[in-house]
Amino acid sequence: MDFKHSYLNSIFWPRIRRNRLALFGGCVVLALFIISLLAPLVSPYDPNAINAWKVLSPPSWQHWFGTDELGRDVLSRVLYGSRVSLKVGLVAVGIAVSIGTVVGLVSGYYSGLIDATLMRFVDIMLCFPAFFLILAVITFLEPSIWYIMMVIGLTGWMGVARLVRAETLSIREMDYILAARCIGCSNIRIIFRHILPNAVSPVLVAATLGVAGAILTESALSFLGIGVQPPTPSWGNILTSGKDYIEFAWWLSLFPGLAILVTVLAYNLLGEGIRDALDPRVKR
Amino acid sequence: MTKYLIKRILMLIPLMIGITLITFSVIHLAPGEPVEMQMAMNPKVGKEAKERLTKFYGLDKPLHEQYFSWVGKIARLDLGRSFSSDNRPVLDKIKERLPVTISLNVIALLLEFGLAIPIGIMAATRSNSWLDKGITVFVFVGFAVPTFWLALLLMYFFGVRLNWLPISGLHTLGSDSWGTARYLLDMAKHLVMPIMVASFGSLAGLSRYMRSAMLNVISQDYITTARAKGLPERVVIYKHALRNALLPLITLLGFSIPGLIGGSVIFETIFAIPGMGQLFYQGVMSRDYPVVMGILVIGAFLTLIGNLIADLSYALADPRIRHGEG
Repeated sequence: MDFKHSYLNSIFWPRIRRNRLALFGGCVVLALFIISLLAPLVSPYDPNAINAWKVLSPPSWQHWFGTDELGRDVLSRVLYGSRVSLKVGLVAVGIAVSIGTVVGLVSGYYSGLIDATLMRFVDIMLCFPAFFLILAVITFLEPSIWYIMMVIGLTGWMGVARLVRAETLSIREMDYILAARCIGCSNIRIIFRHILPNAVSPVLVAATLGVAGAILTESALSFLGIGVQPPTPSWGNILTSGKDYIEFAWWLSLFPGLAILVTVLAYNLLGEGIRDALDPRVKR
Repeated sequence: MTKYLIKRILMLIPLMIGITLITFSVIHLAPGEPVEMQMAMNPKVGKEAKERLTKFYGLDKPLHEQYFSWVGKIARLDLGRSFSSDNRPVLDKIKERLPVTISLNVIALLLEFGLAIPIGIMAATRSNSWLDKGITVFVFVGFAVPTFWLALLLMYFFGVRLNWLPISGLHTLGSDSWGTARYLLDMAKHLVMPIMVASFGSLAGLSRYMRSAMLNVISQDYITTARAKGLPERVVIYKHALRNALLPLITLLGFSIPGLIGGSVIFETIFAIPGMGQLFYQGVMSRDYPVVMGILVIGAFLTLIGNLIADLSYALADPRIRHGEG
């Protein structure tokens, strides 16, 4: 345990702190968490308040991001939309990472037939264009945010599984695993107590980058009208009206898209930063 | 090589079985009886369609029988008939849409590789210069831009604001009667934005990959040798290093196929291009199950074939596999 703390303090944190881009990403991610928690307090208007006198009005001092086709304040809707993105990102990635980690650990530890079967399954899942699979599944269910999170998670675990498997394969050969086996640890205990903690770093990186991917997928689904359903605001479904009114109201298209861009960028920068900080080969 | 080829083709069999199994299970996802539930909720699908669905998928039979009869039909390329009012075989519908999607994606792919390779080389050979940093910024932003948003921005600037490019469809109405040159020019104008959007999606990732592959190769001993011999830098980079740096890119080509096919849903829907992606989207919106299932299977098989081609070209390009071991 002591070793771990000294590693975090002497290598990980200083490296992250020196990486300005990762730090920026981390701050934006933190800010987004705060915004989505405090959305009711920071939004200037009720995101669903319809105002017939202010339909499609351009950005002004009253409405920084303008209003939409029902006169609703776009800034408030964008702020509330961060809740959807955050929820989808975290839950979908939680599902994907859990499945991927278990599959990877089991496959890498037991090898042989189990490994071959699981990895073929991964190959098969990778054959489907992920977006097609998600759309097809959602056709058979009614659109709801929970299904979307589940489906994004269930179609996104393969990369993590491959990473964890590779890591497990090398950890399995270490002396301390042999030692654990000698003192009679069960396979389950070896996998979860001895291998998992040492395979966490690639998972952490994949999870951070995965949140970015899940947010992009959700926004695309909502944009196509198959994701989060109005009136619940999500960045994707605000952009749907952006497309419908593209000739009259550029602000409907610009701001939600920027929100997606900044969020995804922040998660990617943070993920890359964590990767560099955890990589023993990067020496600085 | 022959051995590798046979092994690789044999590997396709379990993958194909897996693809059909997963597609088959998708239809059983709906809670309760798939037909009952969905039809009750969805007035778009009539009673007659319900009977047809039950009959086609054999939903009144035990699961394994359903699966085998369905696979048998797929093997004979019978994907059932569409639920939409035209009631045509799904295969015919896909067949007329597929060439549009494939040619668009091939053009996008060529553009992508054509841009990413020089960008990657530039970034790698001048690593840590301003140019390299600029490219890195572009790559990170490129990763984060949602393609459908990019499409909206392009539509706004080039279509609405500047009025240079048409924002939807493949042809202008009535362009059939124009001369060939004008007809093709019109089509090219319609294609500019969709292709930009389609290729932008993975341009960033590809350039980054090319940069790191190139950096990796440049640091190897044989490049030092080539330089020590006094070869000009141009020859070292473009003749000695590039060949090896391109190898991993072939594998990436295989990986990018599902993304491209999946991405076509988005840009074909936005730009109203009559391709397979649009057909899929329309199928999803109108709950036209046979169309959705058919495209899902076809999409997966296309990916499989794409991966096979990528693997085989890798084997052809890499002498280590071509002459033996693999």
